[in-house]
Amino acid sequence: MVELTNEDVLKLARLARLRLNDDECGVFKKEISSILGYVEQLDKVDLKDVVPTYQVTGLTNVTRPDTEIDYGASTKELLKNAPALENNQIKVKRMLDR
Amino acid sequence: MISQWDSIADTADQVLTGQVSATELVQRSLSTIADKQEYNAVIATIAERANERAKEIDTRVAAGEEVGRLAGVPFVAKDNFLAFGAETTAASNILKGFDAPYQATAIERLEAEGAICVAKANLDAFAHGSSTENSDFMTTSNPHDKNKVPGGSSGGSAASVILDMAPFALGTDTGGSIRLPASFCGAVGYKPTYGLVSRSGVVAMASSTDVIGPLTRTVEDAAIVMDVIAGRDPLDSTTIDRDEVSYTSLPNNLAGQKIGIIKEYMTDGLEQAVRDRINESVEKLRTAGAELVEVSLPSIELALACYYIIMPAEVSSNLSRYDGQRYGFSHPEAATLDQSYNWSRSEGFGNEAKRRIMIGTYVLSSGYYDAYYNKAQKLRTRLIDEFNSAFSRVDFLLGPTAPTTAFDIGANIEDPLQMYLTDIMTVAANLVGIPGISIPAGQAGGMPVGLQLLAPQRKDRELLGLASETEKILV
Repeated sequence: MVELTNEDVLKLARLARLRLNDDECGVFKKEISSILGYVEQLDKVDLKDVVPTYQVTGLTNVTRPDTEIDYGASTKELLKNAPALENNQIKVKRMLDR
Repeated sequence: MISQWDSIADTADQVLTGQVSATELVQRSLSTIADKQEYNAVIATIAERANERAKEIDTRVAAGEEVGRLAGVPFVAKDNFLAFGAETTAASNILKGFDAPYQATAIERLEAEGAICVAKANLDAFAHGSSTENSDFMTTSNPHDKNKVPGGSSGGSAASVILDMAPFALGTDTGGSIRLPASFCGAVGYKPTYGLVSRSGVVAMASSTDVIGPLTRTVEDAAIVMDVIAGRDPLDSTTIDRDEVSYTSLPNNLAGQKIGIIKEYMTDGLEQAVRDRINESVEKLRTAGAELVEVSLPSIELALACYYIIMPAEVSSNLSRYDGQRYGFSHPEAATLDQSYNWSRSEGFGNEAKRRIMIGTYVLSSGYYDAYYNKAQKLRTRLIDEFNSAFSRVDFLLGPTAPTTAFDIGANIEDPLQMYLTDIMTVAANLVGIPGISIPAGQAGGMPVGLQLLAPQRKDRELLGLASETEKILV
């Protein structure tokens, strides 16, 4: 049975770019531990020599011609949901310190 | 319940022959939505655009132009489909206000045949749930009892059809999200073979199991919608070739069909009244000449555990795109990039999305990858083998869609694991990529019961044919 600690949950939150307060951390710790406990049923089966399946219909390396597809949308249309724009570009926070 | 809508084919025919106008149909749809607002089935209507399109279709019909086989037929789309004329939110705060710059391929294909999207249906945020209670906005009520859930995650779509708001609705099914609400609301819900319908323009949940399909009142209606939306799309590389024969040309013989009753689905966990309805359906199929045998798929009992590893893994990856930078909620007070990511996601995502993101992050993290994710993908192979072996003996499989009828609003909301168990009979079809359908099989305690039928991959037309014949003997 998996019993996550507060530190485990805070680490997961950090990796997933989520911020949790103490109450949330406690609730998620309990819930996630119980779900991980449930999925541990898989340990009952011997799957040593089984090959994993990642794609169920057998498709591999599907490509399309490298040509332009016209969605019928202008640059302005495509950028209209961005939180901040400057000179028709999406403006984001600085990534590196000066 | 007598519907105010004729079959989809008849409705389109009436528009094409001038017996009714598309404008009248849109009006009928919008006024029903307004009358039944208290059920919270719909997040937003697309009134202005729908009326414009109706007018255009009426003009073209009057001019004798080609309009299409769904001429003027209104429909509702789950709010995780990108569509013009209203926000696309996936019922999540983080996408609130999102104005789609292009439409989902499924919507485009329906519109090209003259159908008109009139509203966006409620869902569990990002399709994470089995009851619509995880919607960041509101909970949809079951049309048969306002205090009960409609099922989920396509709960608003199923409810809208049974509330008579439109002849059909679109939903998505990642682990049962079309079939379960169909079962709880008394609708027909069709989950096609993985890849048969393009997912371009649909908010991704778990990409290896996500499919799109219709919720309707009859199998015939589901078949005509499938015939319009099925097939390859250059915008979705996972799409497969459609059947060359129309999905409306359905095989119609029950006699001699070999149907396997899934033994593991008929055990103690099943509510007695649900078991009774399923057993009655089995007897009716036998009387009609079908051959029913019990079939065992031993690993199916582990399908839910397998699903609750694979699905959150893919969810954590798909939801990483919501970072507050390009679209969606962006925290206005964040000063640094890290704050912007953390604060935007923490405020924008609800608890269920956070829970799944963290579980996914855990099972994919180094050191646990083999113990969880890889093991689950191996069990998936085992499941595929067992289904293949079953389908070498029978043509179709049968069982209940869910172990119970619709539960009370609030009953499972405090216990996520209990809520996840609702999907126990639907997830296997998603993991192995096969088509499945839920059709009404009577009621238990006044609430609908769904019969689930499954077929091998790419046998969608055959499955729709079986379901259509079964529907005739069940009502």
